[in-house]
Amino acid sequence: MIWLINLAGLLLIAGIVWWFWLYKTAGVAAAQDKLLTVIVENGVYQPARIKVSAGQAVRMEFLRKDASPCAETVIFPALNLSFELPVNKTAPITLPPLEPGKYEFHCQMKMYRGELQVN
Amino acid sequence: MTTANSRTGPGVTQELLIEGAGCASCVRKIETALKNVDGVEEAQMNFPLRTVAVTGSAFTADLVKAVENAGYRATPAAGSETDLLEEKEQADQRYYRRLLRDTWIALALGIPLMLFGMAGGDMSIHSEAARWGWLLVGLLTLAVMLLSGRHFFVGGWQSVRNHTANMDTLIALGTGTAWLYSMVIVLLPDLVPEMARHVYFEATAMIIGLVNLGLALEVRARGRASAAIKRLIGLQPKTARVLRDGQELDIPIERVRRQDQLRVRPGERIPVDGTVVEGQSSVDESMLTGEPLPVAKQAGDAVSAGTLNKTGSLIFTATRVGRDTALARIIEMVKRAQNSKPPIGRLADVIAAYFVPAVMIIAVLSALAWINFGPSPALAYAVVSATTVLIIACPCALGLATPMSVMVGIGKAAEAGVLIRSGEALQTASRITTMVLDKTGTITEGAPKVTDLLPAEGLDEVELLRLAASLELGSEHPLAQAIVESAQSRGLNLSNPVSFTALAGRGVSSVIDGREIVLGNEKLMREQSIDLQDWVARAQLIAADAKTPMYLAVDRKFAGLIAVADPIKIDSAAAIERLRGLGIRVVMLTGDNRATAEAVARQVGIEEFIAEVQPESKAEKVAALQREGELVGMSGDGINDAPALALADVGFAIGTGTDVAIESAGITLMRGSLHGLADAITISKATLRNIKQNLFGAFIYNAAGIPIAAGILYPLFGLLLSPVIAGAAMAFSSVTVVANANCLRLLKIDSSTTAEESRA
Repeated sequence: MIWLINLAGLLLIAGIVWWFWLYKTAGVAAAQDKLLTVIVENGVYQPARIKVSAGQAVRMEFLRKDASPCAETVIFPALNLSFELPVNKTAPITLPPLEPGKYEFHCQMKMYRGELQVN
Repeated sequence: MTTANSRTGPGVTQELLIEGAGCASCVRKIETALKNVDGVEEAQMNFPLRTVAVTGSAFTADLVKAVENAGYRATPAAGSETDLLEEKEQADQRYYRRLLRDTWIALALGIPLMLFGMAGGDMSIHSEAARWGWLLVGLLTLAVMLLSGRHFFVGGWQSVRNHTANMDTLIALGTGTAWLYSMVIVLLPDLVPEMARHVYFEATAMIIGLVNLGLALEVRARGRASAAIKRLIGLQPKTARVLRDGQELDIPIERVRRQDQLRVRPGERIPVDGTVVEGQSSVDESMLTGEPLPVAKQAGDAVSAGTLNKTGSLIFTATRVGRDTALARIIEMVKRAQNSKPPIGRLADVIAAYFVPAVMIIAVLSALAWINFGPSPALAYAVVSATTVLIIACPCALGLATPMSVMVGIGKAAEAGVLIRSGEALQTASRITTMVLDKTGTITEGAPKVTDLLPAEGLDEVELLRLAASLELGSEHPLAQAIVESAQSRGLNLSNPVSFTALAGRGVSSVIDGREIVLGNEKLMREQSIDLQDWVARAQLIAADAKTPMYLAVDRKFAGLIAVADPIKIDSAAAIERLRGLGIRVVMLTGDNRATAEAVARQVGIEEFIAEVQPESKAEKVAALQREGELVGMSGDGINDAPALALADVGFAIGTGTDVAIESAGITLMRGSLHGLADAITISKATLRNIKQNLFGAFIYNAAGIPIAAGILYPLFGLLLSPVIAGAAMAFSSVTVVANANCLRLLKIDSSTTAEESRA
């Protein structure tokens, strides 16, 4: 009986490691032809992974539905840019043309996290 | 925020300000151009106000382009910062009330249950009646979870689905585990050994209540932390009085355009940046520059939005409006800096990214340890320890530690007239070991003035100055200008010089009112064989004080001595003393000769100076200090020392007035006083100390709390933390971080007292 519980516990740990750290999400949204809206709600940006083209300004908008102050700012640390998001209102943002690479964006406390994939 | 690329939904109206529409026929052209844009349902222009209201779902940028193609200029009427702030505060207030409601609902169930347990009530299931009773409680707890704890569960689930985890995940898992275990005992008691049939509904309800309460307190404290930016935004008046077509109109501030003429009465705030065309007044600029004394304004002087007009009525022309005013740029810069992170926060960020899943793993390990090695009832202990670990871990405290302090510190600095560009500049400023000061314009005023008037017998000061100034009317030398300005400020009537001659490197001569006047150095006087008696010694004394003495002769007879100098700012010495008090090596750079440099250095108490430095080699001197291993701060006016400012570890641009666009500097001082340097360093040191306290507190809290929650003290002391205590600890740890950051607001900066002294 005990060994069964132990096995279950270890499997659970393995599951946590895989799900949160090893799993690579495939779903990437493109912000190209139409204006992409990122919904800020329940601790996640949706979509959180966004593909954009290098060398041209990026326009997109954020719609914050979470009233918690955590969700208030979105920061692009590599670009030294931050934007304040009003509740329940779209906030348009413009990023300068970017070099290819991956750019993180997150809230002040890094609980909301997303990534721009520029190529 | 309406910026160039915002889009609205169908039926939503946005407003554009139109420039260049001079006649009524423009109205149709503009309206038609706008109606042809995709998504526009209606476009209606208000000609007197030069605004157009556009209804429909269209990109603002496309609307602006359409107007421009029609031959006019359009700018979106931005929702003002004030409106945005009000909107944000209302949203925060609603959120706060919701959290409080959630708190009371959860505590209304949790507190009675907890008291029942503490009073010796039986929290275990031993009879059929108890089962039914606890089933009812379990369902009530479920209701609390759905009502008050809904956001934890939805948020937790959403983030897990997206392969991330946050505080919601931990709270949802912790309270969910406690509730599920308790429900299993109620519904299927036979699955669990008799001793382990304890229910934990009170923990679930209490934790949900306490964490909500913690969040509510945090919202409150956060509001206080942004007090500085609120104060800046509050400086912006909502309306302006515009003179149009001979009428005075009160219009919303967003509608003021460049070149508008505006009137401000005494006691009113200046609405936009501009240049005075009429009137005289004194203006309190302390809110922007930290400079306590009001500044006199008359025609030709610049005024800044947000400053307070004190004594007279002014009419001025708007030069910068909307987002371009100095105030708006200061607000923008402070906001951006408040959201940037100093390098010290990076470790916490890295930890935060791995923190929550790691806590989940520790919770599982802890449960396994209890099941394998724990005393009976092992299962109950396992559930309690896992729940407590999940609840006590506080990623928020870790995540909040740096940003909250940075926000308060940078806001505090802005209140003192110090603009810090980024978190990185803040951190470097706190560690500076050497401060390089440019002499001209930094230690000194940067504009030469007449300092001494020593007339020879038979002449008075006024006549001496009048003659010298009349002579210098024809000259363009900076020292000459100082003499002329000094005479004009005394209201002297100057005579025009006849046959003006400049004698290169020696002086000038001319005929004034029929008399031959010569002004120049000792060499010139000797050439003209003018007897200087014992005045040479006095001139040498003056020269030793970093002043430039000039001899005046009338009809070949010595008539007096005039000294001109770039005066040292009144509080430079005190500010330099403060810098040294902070343990900073102070070095002065100047292009002047050694003697002048030495005199200035002596007067302000600087021991180390480098004289005769060409402007372009200032950066080299900074680099040389850096090679010595010093962390160098460089301060200058940001114009000819931009390369040195950029090269230094932190550049301090000493602004004159409210010119904040000094890109080469990490820190901009809005008033000329060097006290700003000491203020900036004092504030950054205090902020860094605060960040360290917060980070240390958050690390220690988690590093000690999690093992205790797992039961590490149990084998020694028989101590196992209750999940309710863990919930309270976790809720208040993040409140503590925010509260500690708020303590920074109480920091005393002692330049205000020295400013008082210098006024006296």
